[in-house]
Amino acid sequence: MRYLVSVIDDGAGRATSDEATAIDAFNDRLQADGHWVFAGGLGSTENATTIDNREGRGLVTDGPFVETKEWLAGFWIIEAADLDEVLALATEGSKACNRKVEVRPFL
Amino acid sequence: MLAALTRRFGDLDVAEEATAEAFAVAVERWPDDGVPPNPGAWLTTTATRRAIDRIRRESRRDEKHQEAEMLRDDDPPEPIGAVEDDRLRLLFTCCHPALALEARLALTLRMVGGLTVPEIARAFLVPETTIGQRITRAKGKIRATRIPYRVPSAADLPARVSGVLAVLYLVFNEGYLASGPGTDPIREDLTAEAIRLARLVHGLLPDDGEATGLLALLLLTEARRPSRLSPDGGLVPLAEQDRGRWDAALIDEGHRLVRARLATGEPPGPYQVLAAINAVHTSATDVAATDWSQIVALYDQLVRLDPSPVVALNRAVAIAELDGPAVALALVDRLGDRLDAYPALHAARADLLRRLDRAAEAREAWDRAIALTGNPAEAAALARRRDGLSAARGA
Repeated sequence: MRYLVSVIDDGAGRATSDEATAIDAFNDRLQADGHWVFAGGLGSTENATTIDNREGRGLVTDGPFVETKEWLAGFWIIEAADLDEVLALATEGSKACNRKVEVRPFL
Repeated sequence: MLAALTRRFGDLDVAEEATAEAFAVAVERWPDDGVPPNPGAWLTTTATRRAIDRIRRESRRDEKHQEAEMLRDDDPPEPIGAVEDDRLRLLFTCCHPALALEARLALTLRMVGGLTVPEIARAFLVPETTIGQRITRAKGKIRATRIPYRVPSAADLPARVSGVLAVLYLVFNEGYLASGPGTDPIREDLTAEAIRLARLVHGLLPDDGEATGLLALLLLTEARRPSRLSPDGGLVPLAEQDRGRWDAALIDEGHRLVRARLATGEPPGPYQVLAAINAVHTSATDVAATDWSQIVALYDQLVRLDPSPVVALNRAVAIAELDGPAVALALVDRLGDRLDAYPALHAARADLLRRLDRAAEAREAWDRAIALTGNPAEAAALARRRDGLSAARGA
């Protein structure tokens, strides 16, 4: 089963070099143990562009879809047998990136 | 049966509905066909067939392979112990930390304890629709996020146990003071189930202080059950119980567990303190011989561990024995806002007011407690005490 592990940033900014090292080590382990599907860090919401082409409106707006105090800073897509397995991995991931993470299953 | 079906089909809804259907078929057929030689096996077989039928119907749309997976029964015939293991697995699934605490309680009472939604609603003092939604949502999350159906690994076990203990304590309490108007006032099925599961958890984690504490607490409470109902079905308060009818074997076992925890010298958690309070009560030959200063000291310790208003109420009741009803009443009145819907608060107030010769106010408080309780034996006992009050005044 696949799970999205979202990394939540509440103002800490980019990862420090210590955090980056810990994230790399965690990623290596995910790959070695067969849990890795994909992962990535995201640029800041400052550089987000929002598109709304519902009903062909073609609206392009500078900025994120909603202004919040917490936003998505990156994510892992993890293959795991069940929730217990992914929660254990997410607990390590949260420690490695030094951020809160949220776990959700893919449909 | 529910636990075994859940393990086989990996889905609480399928297992629950199939079990209910099997009972419905039994009600329909047994009166005409006669009760089968082994009713339990008959029910399990019927429920399993119903569950397979349902999965066949539902899987026709998409997951054909899942159907094949579930229909294949590779399991060897179950030894007796496997049934207990199933219940424990179901318990850990229902008490998973990814579920909100209220959802864990409701789900366990429904799935492991077998309580109805109205009974659970009364136990929590919330509307039935709220409980129904909690259960539905919890089942949905178990399915969608694939919460596993198994006892956690050794590393995760201690953290997962506290959630299980909280739930077992609530199941026991519901049995010890059942809330349904149509049910027996004391439901031995629930108290026995809670004790059985507490023994299982204690057996699994013999060094866990709180698992030991909870088992001791349940045993020492259960030991008093034979003297808790009067012949007319009213609840008998602790002070008036015939202590000769208490179960000496259960008391002995509970005391041994409490002493074993004291001997470790580790700081106790709430269940161990509650067990110690009950050990003091069950050591006294009568209410006057009770070491109330010891009980109040233990309640002081408990309030620091668990600052809930219900604990504060019980502490106030113990204070009445030590410092008198006026001091206790002041403490109880301070809890009135938070526990207004809790019958025990009004019953405690009534008793303190009676002791202070404030009969009219006592009667009012008893009326309020009677109106709030869902337990007929408790209502009968409260009415008896209220009426005893007017008889005493008339005399």
